[in-house]
Amino acid sequence: MAKVTYIENDGTEHTVEVQNGLTLMEAAVKQGIPGIDGDCGGACACATCMVYVPEEWQGKLPEIETMEETMLDFCERREDNSRLSCQIVASDAIDGIRVQMPESQH
Amino acid sequence: MADDILIIGAGQAAAQAVQSLRAEGFEGPIKLFGDEPYAPYQRPPLSKKFLAGEIGYDRVELKGADFYAQSNVETHWGTRVTEIDRRAKRVLTGDGRGFDYGKLIIATGSRVREINVPGFELDGVHYLRNIEDVKSIQAHFTEGAKMVVVGGGYIGLEVAAVAAKRGLGVTVLETADRVMARVVDPIVSHFYERVHREEGVTIETGVTVAGFEGKDKVEAVVSGEGKRFPCDFVVVGIGIIPNTELAAEAGLEVENGIVVDELCRTSDPDICAAGDCTSHPSAVYGHRLRLESVHNAIEQGKTAAATLAGKEKPYNQVPWFWSDQYDLKLQIVGLSAGYTEAVVRGDPETGRSFAVFYLKDGVLIAVDAVNRAPEFMMAKMLTQKKAVLDPTRIRDESIGVKEIAG
Repeated sequence: MAKVTYIENDGTEHTVEVQNGLTLMEAAVKQGIPGIDGDCGGACACATCMVYVPEEWQGKLPEIETMEETMLDFCERREDNSRLSCQIVASDAIDGIRVQMPESQH
Repeated sequence: MADDILIIGAGQAAAQAVQSLRAEGFEGPIKLFGDEPYAPYQRPPLSKKFLAGEIGYDRVELKGADFYAQSNVETHWGTRVTEIDRRAKRVLTGDGRGFDYGKLIIATGSRVREINVPGFELDGVHYLRNIEDVKSIQAHFTEGAKMVVVGGGYIGLEVAAVAAKRGLGVTVLETADRVMARVVDPIVSHFYERVHREEGVTIETGVTVAGFEGKDKVEAVVSGEGKRFPCDFVVVGIGIIPNTELAAEAGLEVENGIVVDELCRTSDPDICAAGDCTSHPSAVYGHRLRLESVHNAIEQGKTAAATLAGKEKPYNQVPWFWSDQYDLKLQIVGLSAGYTEAVVRGDPETGRSFAVFYLKDGVLIAVDAVNRAPEFMMAKMLTQKKAVLDPTRIRDESIGVKEIAG
């Protein structure tokens, strides 16, 4: 189980318990948290689930694979700390993680 | 008068509409009716990872168990709406109850097209549309079992890919002279035929199905030419039909889908419709479209919700689709119908990564990208902008995807 805090672009925070194995995108969509669309259901095919990950958490995440890198490369609001939340799987190792959403996913 | 918003249908469009209605500030009662015993779930994985057993119900279910309660939505799973009485502003359900509405969203989706040939009722002849269908098909998934797939479209080929990986003997029968003929250029069709054959699947095109044979259960598929294809079970994937009967019987305008405008309004201002069951005007293509896709369902769900919450968020996006087969991720942007030139980037003859750009009088209208995410993402932007592209720049892989438009 990982406690995950999603921060909307306007600063509104949503903290939820995410079961291990579920991605951060899936958990956000299931809870109806605004700011993460996840149109493709996690197939890494739409890039509508981008989040910004604070530096202290980046090292705890797996490396960005080619597919994710490619999709991120085309995200309008990409920053150095951007990740696709459909590629971040909840585990005890990221318990407490905070991620921030962009102004829009499109 | 009731100010309730009722949603008929509990698929992707309905789940999105619930979320968007609350996000847009609608605070009145919402009631959601679905004829399946499940809360809204994703259908795309049913023919992919869910069929393969790689993910379970918790991963296809769209929302968490407490989402509807938290959103203050009254849910009626396993409840079929049988009539919309527009004069009384009331819907009737199969169990004899009536529910008053202020506004209505019809999101009834679509159902499988059934095959009407002798033997169609035999045990072992399956379709794939819902979770129960998948469970029935999975019961046949033992190594060495023989499966015949009727229909070489997305569903049929995705099922074939999953089954082949599981060690089943797979034969795909397609009426047209190539697979996926309705949606892609022959270049892409032939590529998929090659890959499926490399993976051990038998693909037979130009074959019509005349009937199914068997005593207690299906034992063979018989073609129009009399050829027998022995099998242990059959999966039929020959398309879907929009569920428009409720709307038509209520007197709403229906023509290849429930007719809606760019705000998802039907011919009755109190009723919106969203998803597979609708026909909407596309400003991008200049004519009406009925789409069978998640993207369409989500976006129309958002638009319908906004409209009923008193806002205007017109739906006008280039459609996109995807299909996973083996290690191939096919991503499609736009609709290629009416193209005048298909330009290939990469090598579909030998490799497993390429893209086809469809131009209509020089304007990019669609792209099929196989393991080519950059081309797909670029195409999303360029098709929306109706960009004019130079075919020689598309073909030249020394020019980066981002510079393709010059």
